[in-house]
Amino acid sequence: MKFPHFPRLWLLAALLAALGMALLAPFMNPYHVAVIETAGVSIILAVSLNLVLGHTGQFSLGHAGFMGVGAFAAAAATNLLAARAGLQSGLESLHLAPWLAKQVLVAPALLAGGLVAALLGLLVGIPSLRLKGDYLAIVTLGFGEILAGELQYGQNTINKSEALREQLPWVGASSVEVPERAMLFWTLALVAITLYVCQSLVKSSFGLGLLAVRDNEVAAESCGISATRAKITAFTIGAFFAGLAGGLFAHFNGAVSPGGFRFDRSMEVVLIVILGGLGRNHAVVAAAIGVTLLSEGLRQTPKLFPTASGPLLEILQNRAFLFALLLVILMIVRPQGLFSGWRKPKLLGGSK
Amino acid sequence: MSPPILELRQVTVRFGGLTAVDNLSFAVDPDGLVSLIGPNGAGKTTAFNLMTGIYAPSEGEILLGGRPVHGLPPAAIAAMGVARTFQNIRLFASLSVIDNVRAGLRLHLKQSPWSAVWRGKSFHQKEAQATAEARNLLAVFKLEDRAEAPCSALSYGDQRRLEMVRALALKPRLLLLDEPAAGMNPTEKVELMNTLRAIQAQFKLAVLLVEHDMKLVMNVSRRIVVLDHGVKIAEGTPAQVQSHPDVIAAYLGEEHEVVETEKDGGETA
Repeated sequence: MKFPHFPRLWLLAALLAALGMALLAPFMNPYHVAVIETAGVSIILAVSLNLVLGHTGQFSLGHAGFMGVGAFAAAAATNLLAARAGLQSGLESLHLAPWLAKQVLVAPALLAGGLVAALLGLLVGIPSLRLKGDYLAIVTLGFGEILAGELQYGQNTINKSEALREQLPWVGASSVEVPERAMLFWTLALVAITLYVCQSLVKSSFGLGLLAVRDNEVAAESCGISATRAKITAFTIGAFFAGLAGGLFAHFNGAVSPGGFRFDRSMEVVLIVILGGLGRNHAVVAAAIGVTLLSEGLRQTPKLFPTASGPLLEILQNRAFLFALLLVILMIVRPQGLFSGWRKPKLLGGSK
Repeated sequence: MSPPILELRQVTVRFGGLTAVDNLSFAVDPDGLVSLIGPNGAGKTTAFNLMTGIYAPSEGEILLGGRPVHGLPPAAIAAMGVARTFQNIRLFASLSVIDNVRAGLRLHLKQSPWSAVWRGKSFHQKEAQATAEARNLLAVFKLEDRAEAPCSALSYGDQRRLEMVRALALKPRLLLLDEPAAGMNPTEKVELMNTLRAIQAQFKLAVLLVEHDMKLVMNVSRRIVVLDHGVKIAEGTPAQVQSHPDVIAAYLGEEHEVVETEKDGGETA
C-alpha cells in the first residue's frame, strides 16, 4: 500500500478550484449548475457508501435514510439560525457582505446535518452490524425506510398542528432559506473533502483494518482487529457524509420532502458504487457523474423525442426500472464493476 | 520455574448435545513447544478456537499469563499476545503480501482514523516504520522479494508461511499453529521444522501446534497432549506418548484392525 505524501496540498488545490468555480457560477447556465450540484451530491453519497460497502464489505441499503436525516437536520439548523435575530444583527455588525454572511450560516447547518446523521448511524450500526450479508442488507433497508417514514410522520404532525408550527417553526419547515448560488461552492468543496477523507482513511493502517475485515473477518479478529469496531466506525463515517450530502441537497433545492430519501435513492447509490467497482473511489466518482448525466438525459427525453409516446416513453422515464435493469445486466456481464480493468483486479474476498 | 503462559483448567464446550471438548486441562510454558494431536474430529481445532476466543467455554477457565481470557472476543485475546494460523489458510485475499503482514502490525501501530486523515509527520513515521518491520519479518521467511505481489499469487507453501509471518507481526507470546504442514512435501516439512525452532529462538515465544504429521510432531515437540473425542487421553514427552497404550488405540486405531476392535471394546465396556 502506498501512502501519498501531499494529499493535504491536493485538498487545498481542490478547494481553491471549487472557489473558482463558484465565482464563475453567476455566469453559468443555472441548469448546468444544478446538474453539477446533483452530481456532487451523488459523488458524496457514493464515495461514503463505498467506505462501508466497498472497503469494509458491509452491504448497507439504508444510505438514503441517513441522507434524509441530514437534510432535515441541516434545514432545521439553517431555519433556526435564520430565525435568530440576534445572530443576524451580530453578523451585520461584523460588516460582512450579505452573501458572505449567508455563507457563514450554511457551514454550521451542513455540519449539524452530518453530525445528526452520524449519531443515528452509530445507533443503527451498533445492533445491525452484528448481522452479515443479506441480513444486514435487509435490516439497513428497514432502518432506511423507518427513518424516511419517521421524517414523513414528523412533518405531517407538525404541519397539522398550529401550536407546534408556532413553537417550532424551524423544524417542520419544508422550505430552506438558501444563499443564492452559494451551494455550488459548498458542493464542490464537500466533494473534495469527502474524497480526501475517505481516500486518506483507506490508505492507512486504519484502512487496512477495514479491508482486512472485508476480506476475512475471522482472520482480522485473529490479528487483533475488532471487526465490530471497524464496521461501526466505517458505518458512522459513511452516515456522516451521507448527512452532509443531504444537507447540501436540502439547501440547493431550497426545500426538503421525505419522499426523496427512500429505498430507490439508496438503490441508486448502491448501483453507482457497484457500477464503478467496489472499493475504487476514483471509479465510483466517474460512475456517479455518469449516472447523474444518464438520469438527467432520461429526464430530457420528452424534449428530445417530442413524438415519442406510450409505453416506450414511460419505460424511459421510469428511472427505478432502468436502474434495476442496469444493475441486473451489470451483475451478469461485469460483476466486478465497469472500471475494474484499470488496475490489478481485486475481488471481494469470500469471507463467509 | 516461570508460570505457564497458557493454562486450560477443566475446559468444556458443548454444542447442543455434542460435547466437543470435555474437561480439558493442560498448560504451556513460556518457552514451550507443545503439540495437540488426535484423530480427526478429536476437538483439536475446537480447542484452538476456545483459546482464541472464537468459542467461549461452557465450563472451565482459560488463563493467559495467569489472567482469565475465556469469554473475551478474539480481537482482545489477540491483543493480549495470542496469534494463530488457520487450518484452511485465511489470508486477506485482496491485499498484497506486505499488506497482509502490515495488517498484523497494525495492532501495535495504533494509527487512529484522525491521524490517517490529518496525515501529519507522525503518521508517515509510523507507516514507514511498519513497512520496514514488515519487510524484516518477510525476510525471515525469504518472502521479501514477493512483498508487493498479491498474496493469492503465492504458492500454497508460501501462503502458509505468509500466514505465519502475519501471526508473528502481532509480536505474540503464544503462537498457535493449526496444521502448518498440511499440503507440504517432505522437503518443505523439514524446512518447517527448522523454521519452528528458529522462530522460537528468535522471537522468544511459546508454540502450540496442531499437526497430523507424526514425524514432525515427534521431532519438534517437547510435550504432547493427545485428544480423542474431546477428552485428553494422554500427555507427556514424545517418547511417553508414543508408547502410551490408549494413544496407540485411539490414534492408530483407524489403521490397525486389531487395535480398532480393542478401542471399540473399550468404549462399550
